[in-house]
Amino acid sequence: MTIIYLLIAISLTVAVIFLSSFLWAVKSGQYEDDYTPSVRILFEEEKEEQPHQN
Amino acid sequence: MQVTASTQIKEHCYHCGDECTTTPIYAEEKAFCCTGCKSVYELLYANNLCTYYNLEAGEKPGVTVTDEAVDLNKFSYLDEEVVLGQLLSFKDNSLHKVLFQIPGMHCSSCIWLLENLFKLDAGIIQSRVNFLRKEISISYNPARTKLSAIVTLLHKIGYAPTLNLDNLSGKKKKKDYSIFIRLGLTGFCFGNIMLLSFPDYFSLTDEVNRELGSFFGYLNILVSLPVLLYGAPVFFKSALQGLKQKHINLDVPISLGLLSLFLVSLYDIFTANGPGFLDSFTGLVFFMLIGKYVQQRTYDALEFDRDYKSYFPISVTTLEKGVEKIISVKELVPGKRIRIRNQELVPADAILLSGQAFIDYSFVSGESVPVPKVVGEIIYAGGRQTGESIQLEVIKDVSQSYLTQLWNNDIFRKESSYASFGTYAHNVGKYFISVTLLIALGALIYWVPRDHDMAIKAFTSVLVIACPCALSLSTPFTLSNVLRIFGKHKFYLKNGEVAENLAKADTIVFDKTGTLTVSNQTDVTYHGESLTAYQQELVKSVLQHSTHPLSQRVYESLMGAVKPVANFKELAGKGVEGEVNEILVRVGSVSFAGNKYQQANRTNRETSVYVQIGEEQPGYFVFGNHYREGLAALIRELRKTKMLAVLSGDNDAEKSNLQLLFGEDSDLLFNQSPSDKLAYIENLKKEGRRVIMVGDGLNDAGALKMSDAGISVTDTVNGFSPGCDAILDSGSFSRLADFLRFTQNSLRVILFSFGVSFIYNIIGLTLAVMGKFSPVISAILMPISSISVVLAAVIGVRIVAWRMGLTRANKTKYSTINALPV
Repeated sequence: MTIIYLLIAISLTVAVIFLSSFLWAVKSGQYEDDYTPSVRILFEEEKEEQPHQN
Repeated sequence: MQVTASTQIKEHCYHCGDECTTTPIYAEEKAFCCTGCKSVYELLYANNLCTYYNLEAGEKPGVTVTDEAVDLNKFSYLDEEVVLGQLLSFKDNSLHKVLFQIPGMHCSSCIWLLENLFKLDAGIIQSRVNFLRKEISISYNPARTKLSAIVTLLHKIGYAPTLNLDNLSGKKKKKDYSIFIRLGLTGFCFGNIMLLSFPDYFSLTDEVNRELGSFFGYLNILVSLPVLLYGAPVFFKSALQGLKQKHINLDVPISLGLLSLFLVSLYDIFTANGPGFLDSFTGLVFFMLIGKYVQQRTYDALEFDRDYKSYFPISVTTLEKGVEKIISVKELVPGKRIRIRNQELVPADAILLSGQAFIDYSFVSGESVPVPKVVGEIIYAGGRQTGESIQLEVIKDVSQSYLTQLWNNDIFRKESSYASFGTYAHNVGKYFISVTLLIALGALIYWVPRDHDMAIKAFTSVLVIACPCALSLSTPFTLSNVLRIFGKHKFYLKNGEVAENLAKADTIVFDKTGTLTVSNQTDVTYHGESLTAYQQELVKSVLQHSTHPLSQRVYESLMGAVKPVANFKELAGKGVEGEVNEILVRVGSVSFAGNKYQQANRTNRETSVYVQIGEEQPGYFVFGNHYREGLAALIRELRKTKMLAVLSGDNDAEKSNLQLLFGEDSDLLFNQSPSDKLAYIENLKKEGRRVIMVGDGLNDAGALKMSDAGISVTDTVNGFSPGCDAILDSGSFSRLADFLRFTQNSLRVILFSFGVSFIYNIIGLTLAVMGKFSPVISAILMPISSISVVLAAVIGVRIVAWRMGLTRANKTKYSTINALPV
């Protein structure tokens, strides 16, 4: 049963890594704007020489 | 009103999608409603940016660009070192960063174009949009472009940034992220503790204890410490705050419940009595933080706490010995001479020195017709000049002017404290705690003679189970749904509490001009000998050449074709004249074209324009208020249950009309100054009334702030509105009575969900009193009760909204869902 100590230590470590990455995400401003990036990702990169299409 | 030009086929503008009301202008086989829209298209086409039009199928993204020419000099003051220093968020030799609010952005095409600004101006390095807050952050190279050039560009493509005194005040709004951190941390602890409590759930405790001692217990305590020290203090603090003000709010029983949960668990674990309630403790905090989060969600793009600074300009042109100099409005002192051009705002009370002033007070009072002023008259701050440029001498400081001194009132200084009084949830808290303590004591007294251990267990169990977690969840979830449903109908509340205040109000006070009436529309009526069709044509022909707002209104109201005009003259302060078919036509003031009526109309308080044709003076046009559609029905509905009143800054010309509408028992007060309005609301509140103030202009700001719920009516939701609790789009004005009824029904939903949560409390309490309450039961009962109460609240509100026909949004071009996601 002593293996449980190790298992719990590992599982808690993994959980703490996720928690700290969440805290980092909040602190670095990823929650500042939760709408615009969802639109921005759909914009196509345009090539300079491409003629305009209407 | 009549459409002037013939429109055989209805063409839609390629740029803005609006129907072309005049003959469309064609370019590259595409129709445009005005030259403004056409020039934006040409600019985008030349720069290979036409993707703008293809992003959203079926939607034309453009903003109608008014023809008003943007000239570069207009913004040259932005390049002044002083102004730059206050506007820029970052300043370096090769990089400047600036943040603007752009109220015009409304769809994904806007984001795309605004983020491609660098293609239009090579000096722009990057532009990023925050759509929810309608902000754009621009980085540019000061060696290659200027701030004034960027602002001019934004104006040209139809996305005018807001530039006002507020930009300079230096306070940067920072969104509060602590709730995210609290939620994340508490959720983490909650999940882990539940996992670590699995042995207990499956009654393996004895087996595990034999092997590992109380390892799991101690670990749980360790993991729950962050919740106690960082997550839960939100509730402790608010409870303490309430107690300090000798008031028991809902957070008092919550804090008591949480603390007893934690302490009982500590005792159980250290004495090896049992596994404790730490899973319930962290779970409760987690659920209640979700409630807090829901409560905090609001409209990012809307500002409810604006004052006059959001409306006043950044800078003003001063004249010193005939030399123009641009200074920041903050530095403006009495005695300075200033020049105000067309469409500029008078920033402080001033005396008119020269020029023909027509002051538009529509933002201040909602008055639609510009007021003429003669040299020597005082012009109050907040008015907008229309017409030629004028010179003024400042007589008061910006903050001490007739209008702005309103913000020196105490009501604007105190911050409203968190502890909200009188809301249902907090009133219930008071009874809740006494009932809980009574039951706990009862259980103690019952068990003490029989079983000491049982007595302690029953006592603590009652305190533990009676935590009114579900109660604290139902209110935010119900009210946030109310907010969302109102949002669909363009009625935006600051927060849920406003909905409760709306429901409980018994008095509604209206502002007249701009609120009951439409601010950009006037009814033109003609008095005197009626004009023949030919005479109408004559008058219309002359007026066509005048840019004066009153002339244009009369022009629009007249029928007939336009004839050529000779010898056209615009005489400042008098009117216009011209010859049509060799007949002299004059339109203007009473002394200019209406001598005949001078005597009779001496007491006339309405704005009038007189007509003279040849030697005859047939009559005059009167500009009356145009009341909002559906007003009569709305007032009739509201009168049934509420006391109504009207406060107007105008004279009492409309009194008889209003009396008819509002009935004899309503207060109708005229010539009210901004401070009078504030005082009137204050008096009503002293009489114990709960007041809703409905207003629109800066002059209502005091009354809006003083009232229990201030609603500001506006034509453009993203445009300017004074500080208030709710913003109502003028299109939804006539539904106000429905909205108020909906808030009342929503409060019933809250009461219903309270009922649901009491059922769980009764079950839990029965078990607790009998001493049969255990951690496992707590771990099951607690989430079920929370979730079912939330469901009852959400479904309840939806049903009420559906039965009242409020679920379907009235969709318009700038769909609210697009513009303002909550």
